[in-house]
Amino acid sequence: MAQRQVLLIEDEPHIAEAIRFILGRAGWQVMLETNGGEALARIAGLRPEAVILDLMLPGRSGLEILTDLRADPGLAATPVLMLTARGQARDREAAEQAGATAFLAKPFANADLVAALEALAGAGAANGAAAAVAAPGRR
Amino acid sequence: MARSALTGTRIRERRTALHVKQADLARGVGISAAYLNLIEHNRRRVGDDLLETLARALGVEPVALSEGAEAVLFDGLREAAAGAEKAGPELERIEEFVGRFPGWAAVLADRQARVGALERVVEGYAERMAQDPFLLDNLHEVLSAVTSLRSTAAILAETEDIEPEWRSRFLRTMAEESLRLSGTAESLVGYLDEMETAETGLAAPLEQLETWLAGRDWHLAELETGAPPAPEALIEGVPELASAAARELALAHVARAAAEARALPLAAFSDALVELGPEPGLLAARFGVPVGMVFRRLATLPPGLPGRVPAGLVACDGSGTLTLRRPVPGFAPPRFGAACPLWPLYEALARPSQPVRAVIDVAGRLPARFLAYAWCAQHPVGGFDGPVLREAMMLLLPAPPGREGTERAVGSSCRICPRAGCPGRREPSILPER
Repeated sequence: MAQRQVLLIEDEPHIAEAIRFILGRAGWQVMLETNGGEALARIAGLRPEAVILDLMLPGRSGLEILTDLRADPGLAATPVLMLTARGQARDREAAEQAGATAFLAKPFANADLVAALEALAGAGAANGAAAAVAAPGRR
Repeated sequence: MARSALTGTRIRERRTALHVKQADLARGVGISAAYLNLIEHNRRRVGDDLLETLARALGVEPVALSEGAEAVLFDGLREAAAGAEKAGPELERIEEFVGRFPGWAAVLADRQARVGALERVVEGYAERMAQDPFLLDNLHEVLSAVTSLRSTAAILAETEDIEPEWRSRFLRTMAEESLRLSGTAESLVGYLDEMETAETGLAAPLEQLETWLAGRDWHLAELETGAPPAPEALIEGVPELASAAARELALAHVARAAAEARALPLAAFSDALVELGPEPGLLAARFGVPVGMVFRRLATLPPGLPGRVPAGLVACDGSGTLTLRRPVPGFAPPRFGAACPLWPLYEALARPSQPVRAVIDVAGRLPARFLAYAWCAQHPVGGFDGPVLREAMMLLLPAPPGREGTERAVGSSCRICPRAGCPGRREPSILPER
């Protein structure tokens, strides 16, 4: 059985390493991208089942990446789990508007991360439903 | 405390001045003498109709008998009543209360005003904290360190069969992140110390002015009428303008804003904005006013005005010292100390009367792009032998969509800017470089 792929876009090396370990144990193959500017090209090249996107990236904010992703007809259906800072309600609002599929606040419990990703990818895997997953954010 | 301005008291004063007997006046307006007596002692409220009849009988305008100068006191008491959480006070007996206990009533109204003022100050501080780029960056650092500490610690605690290499790797992570956390805490403490010192300096009055303006969405609606109040009247009793220096700044600001409101009337300016778009050069030419005036007007329009776009503004004098800072989300000018030398503002300062336009990319918690317009005006004061004063301004409007790659990389201030290898860097950053 082919491993399920998730692309992690995160610039903090220690957080990225922990996420990689946690999801690896849960049966995911985790690809890492640390540069916000390269994120879109990586998504287009890898076509991962889901994307975990940090809101605060150097060079290019997660919001900009998400906006462009949703505007690209070929990639718009990709489920995106957005990592936001706890207590930053404004960030979350902005991410919601930009079209995030789900959120996880930092710091998070490891089990919550796995559960959030499973829920997200589960919904996306029901193929035709993929477009609907992206839809809630496009209000 | 003598209070003779209550409605009942005024009726009584006017009646005795005219040498009219209480009974005669009562009969004249169709009420009993006893009832008029209660009114005159502020024990009964006077309805509008009766007030008019009484005023006619006494040969004065009704307004001369009504609350008048006491209106502020009554407003304060009603406000206090509205804010009461428990069962409300006897609003219908408010005049009696003021008549019988003028001192206590004044104290209550005074307290109410003070509470309102303090609430606004607290709001101002909260707003300021939410915009401080250094605090935001530090918060991000703390959060990142805590996030990786929490996840890593949980991995170590919960994964029983963890390989030795992974274990030592994660232990190293914990050591590094702990160091980072204590480093961040140290710089935070240093910053707060420094901030306290700076608060007493020149920045404080400007900040008071800005807090006041921010509380009003930067728009002074009073100035848009045909007969605006005097600047002194507009800032009277404003709690945010605590210092004399801040009031001085506020007077100058209000006077300028009044001139701008006259030269660029809201309706006509809005029409021009819709037609021409927010291009300050074109707008200045259309109205025949200086470019700086259009900058300031664009940054202080009321929310919801047709054609308005969110606009930030910074102004500086010839020394580069910031003299006005109107932030927008994504752009937080430094609260004290010098700003980023790469701002188009300073390019304009060095090239007076020449337009500067650039798309800038502001380093911060979230990178943000803006379309910046900058302009520097020269004011010769004191004739040919006097100094020539310069004032530069930079207007920040939403950037056009899409990244060009030609944006100018700028920051807020070197100390809190994370840009690595910046050619304009003046001093090291206290943030980790990115």
